[in-house]
Amino acid sequence: MKELLDLTALQLGAAIKKGEVSIEEATRAALEAVEANQKLNSFITRTGEQALEQAKALQVNAKTAASPLYGVPMAIKDNICTKGVKTTCASKILGDFAPPYDATVTERLATAGAVSLGKLNMDEFAMGSTTETSFYGPTRNPWDTERVPGGSSGGAAAAVASRSCWYAIGSDTGGSIRQPASYCGVTGVKGTYGAVSRYGLIAYASSLDQIGPLARDAADCAAVLDTICGQDPRDGTSLAFQGSLLDGLTGDVRGLKLGIPADCFGDGLDAEVRRAVLSVAGALKARGAELVEFSFPVMRYVVPTYYILAAAEASSNLSRFDGVKYGWRAEDFEDLTDLYCKTRTQGFGAEVRRRILLGTFVLSSGYYDAYYKKALQVKGLVKEAFDEAFCKCDLMLTPVAPTTAPRLGESLSDPLQMYLSDIYTVSVNLAGLPGLSMPCGFDAAGMPVGAQLIGPALAEPRVLNAAYAFQLDTSWHKRSPAGKEAHG
Amino acid sequence: MNWEVVIGLETHVELATKTKIFCSCTTAFGGAPNTHCCPICTGMPGTLPVVNRMVVEFAARAGLALNCEITRKNRFDRKNYFYPDLPKAYQVSQLYLPIARNGRVPIQTEQGGEKVIRIHELHMEEDAGKLVHDPWADQTRCDYNRCGVPLIEIVTEPDFRTAEEVVAYLEQLRSTLEYLGVSDCKMQEGSLRCDVNLSVRPVGSETLGTRTEMKNLNSFKAIARAIAYESRRQIELLEEGKRVVQETRRWDENKDATFSMRSKENAQDYRYFPEPDIPPLELSEAYLEQLRARQPEMAQARRARYQRDYGLPASDAGILTGQKALVDFFEAVIALGAPPREAANWMLGELMRRLKEEGQEPKSMALTPGTLAKLIGMVSAGRINRNTAVKVFRAIFPDDGDPEEYVQAHGLEQVQDAGLVERTVEEVLSNQTAAVADFRAGNVKALGFLVGQVMRQLKGKADPQAVNRAVSERLKQPEN
Repeated sequence: MKELLDLTALQLGAAIKKGEVSIEEATRAALEAVEANQKLNSFITRTGEQALEQAKALQVNAKTAASPLYGVPMAIKDNICTKGVKTTCASKILGDFAPPYDATVTERLATAGAVSLGKLNMDEFAMGSTTETSFYGPTRNPWDTERVPGGSSGGAAAAVASRSCWYAIGSDTGGSIRQPASYCGVTGVKGTYGAVSRYGLIAYASSLDQIGPLARDAADCAAVLDTICGQDPRDGTSLAFQGSLLDGLTGDVRGLKLGIPADCFGDGLDAEVRRAVLSVAGALKARGAELVEFSFPVMRYVVPTYYILAAAEASSNLSRFDGVKYGWRAEDFEDLTDLYCKTRTQGFGAEVRRRILLGTFVLSSGYYDAYYKKALQVKGLVKEAFDEAFCKCDLMLTPVAPTTAPRLGESLSDPLQMYLSDIYTVSVNLAGLPGLSMPCGFDAAGMPVGAQLIGPALAEPRVLNAAYAFQLDTSWHKRSPAGKEAHG
Repeated sequence: MNWEVVIGLETHVELATKTKIFCSCTTAFGGAPNTHCCPICTGMPGTLPVVNRMVVEFAARAGLALNCEITRKNRFDRKNYFYPDLPKAYQVSQLYLPIARNGRVPIQTEQGGEKVIRIHELHMEEDAGKLVHDPWADQTRCDYNRCGVPLIEIVTEPDFRTAEEVVAYLEQLRSTLEYLGVSDCKMQEGSLRCDVNLSVRPVGSETLGTRTEMKNLNSFKAIARAIAYESRRQIELLEEGKRVVQETRRWDENKDATFSMRSKENAQDYRYFPEPDIPPLELSEAYLEQLRARQPEMAQARRARYQRDYGLPASDAGILTGQKALVDFFEAVIALGAPPREAANWMLGELMRRLKEEGQEPKSMALTPGTLAKLIGMVSAGRINRNTAVKVFRAIFPDDGDPEEYVQAHGLEQVQDAGLVERTVEEVLSNQTAAVADFRAGNVKALGFLVGQVMRQLKGKADPQAVNRAVSERLKQPEN
């Protein structure tokens, strides 16, 4: 059974197609793994029975199915709508919310024959970098359960890393796929803004949010993206996408100009992380890539800019959770205003309230120009800086986070420090670019380190191919927490 | 002191698109509560708005017709506030880059002159739902059917000085939007709603006084009365040495007065910011050119054409073009071959009379243009006389009956047999010897009586002129 769980999603898909493994077998193996890994708390809602029914129904067409991921069990972050299945955003306020509709991504996965094991834990409303702000308790890192898995897609990263499912669907507003992927030693991709439809993704910051995959390797991520990306008539910001990402994986990076922005490797970066990330440059160079170093001073402004814009949009997006139409409502209230105040004060956790207040402040009359408008202008500058950088190189290599996964409880005590650790990921969301996080080594404590590859808009094929090339030559992505235990 | 009243208007107009602004729910008025809505227009988590292209087209066409500059790259913004009729807790509207700006609307003043009202901007937005208070259960209920119905808001500069100018502008606006077909402009159903901003200042002053905004004005009459009331209230305050407070006031139709709703100090901070879910709208010059080419002939141009080409008096042309339903009816009747003057006479006479009797609006009547054209045709063919035609018209008006069938069923066809008319004249004259004698004694009125008697004998089915001729000629003959 363990061997089955060690297959990649594409290997499992191929085995299902050949009839070597039944979808039910795979599903049962995954459900057992989920059960065995309960202490990680990576799931909020498990849909085991539904998954088994689905598995049986899907088996009929297993041999003729078009998708290379047909029948492969996966799980979905709990801020992506699943018809009739609770979608809580890890919040008390949506504790009983079962949407009467599917997200476009959920629909596309179902059409491709994915088996859904349930809904994954996350930071409340995707606000956090540790999955500790979840109303349903923190998720733990499978490599060291005293450490956080990262966030906000911590449940997704932990589930993939612990071999509880073959891939997971997360969302990334400021690094929420890439950073937990890095902390948990899996591969995660946030596509170009608009690459994947946001219809059915419960919004945190609409202009920055993107749905994307977390999986064992770049090839699995490419296959998942092939399934979920592309224009959607229900999302006016979605983009058309042509060709298969999976078919574009050649491993050929000859002549590729890999940019090393000096400002991403300076102060504040852990030395072990620095060394591991730069090893990617060495590996790609050995395959014929060319290295280009340059300064990238705009990094200095990205964290405040991100937190102003994201909080502003969040304050508006989360206003609808007012206890009037659905979701949790405070019990004793005197009038309408009291109903709003009590419901929102008691229904949201501290981090969500903090960001709503921050966002409300920066949009307020008298402060709009100084904060929100200025942040929008800086966002424009960040885009320009990336445009300029991509005149010098084809891809950029940076760390994902300044350190490996911190211990539980360390980050929440100092939110500002937690925000600052998002420095390498938020710039990519501000510029709307594709970014990928992949394992590139381990620190002395045995915790995985992730490297980030950033490409120009719609350069997903290039980003994935470079990661694929790196993974052809390395085996960091093949290590599993269980394996570590076995060797240790 | 002499005071000048200064007024600006904000008019909300529901657009007559079939579906809502951001989803495919129907915009039909009056469905059972919460039957015309979906996860998108009720702002359920995760749903996204996608702009209805017809809304943009209608708004752009309205902007063009009001002589506005169209903002080639315009954008939506969010207006944030909490209220149970607004399920997203923000309204998607346009603040920073509205679709149209700097328009001009000429109106006729009472003195017969022309005045131009400047349009500050025209923007698109979504309507909110409706709260229904149930006093019996002491509960407020939400009906989200209206959520996401497309609106345009048209904001004027403070260019009005009298209530008459305001009403003239609104009539002009309504006519324009109806001609464009972008709204049905029914005030009763709330598809045209008006907020009035009003301040007063000493005559000759250049600076504006403190203004109040009046809401809840749902008829032209209410608007005129509210303006009269509010200007008097403000003038009285100032003459007593008090000051006007900047606030929003509600017009109470029953009490005939305005009441304070909220002052500026309590005004909401709407925290507008660009709507991230909708990319900016880019309207190409080619697109706008195509819209311009499709603009219909407006009321003023049509009025002039009716006077020039059909010889209609100015007042008749004015009434016909005043309402889109009438002008459409008129055009349809003449397209079916009826002479324009004849069609106009019927419409301004009998048709208007019947509408008034039935208490109906032209846009809701059953009568179709084909029916009137047919009736006019029967008169000009001499098959029925005008008096009979009026009778037929009155009878078939409510249900759009067939004039042909009605005439057949009631045997109203005109008598074409000249011999029968002559025999009847002969018979009447020989019986009415007293009247004949009167006539011959010089009493001309007796002729009318005799003609009437002949018509009566023929059950009104003869051509009255022919009968008149026959009686006159017979009387000219010497007595036997």
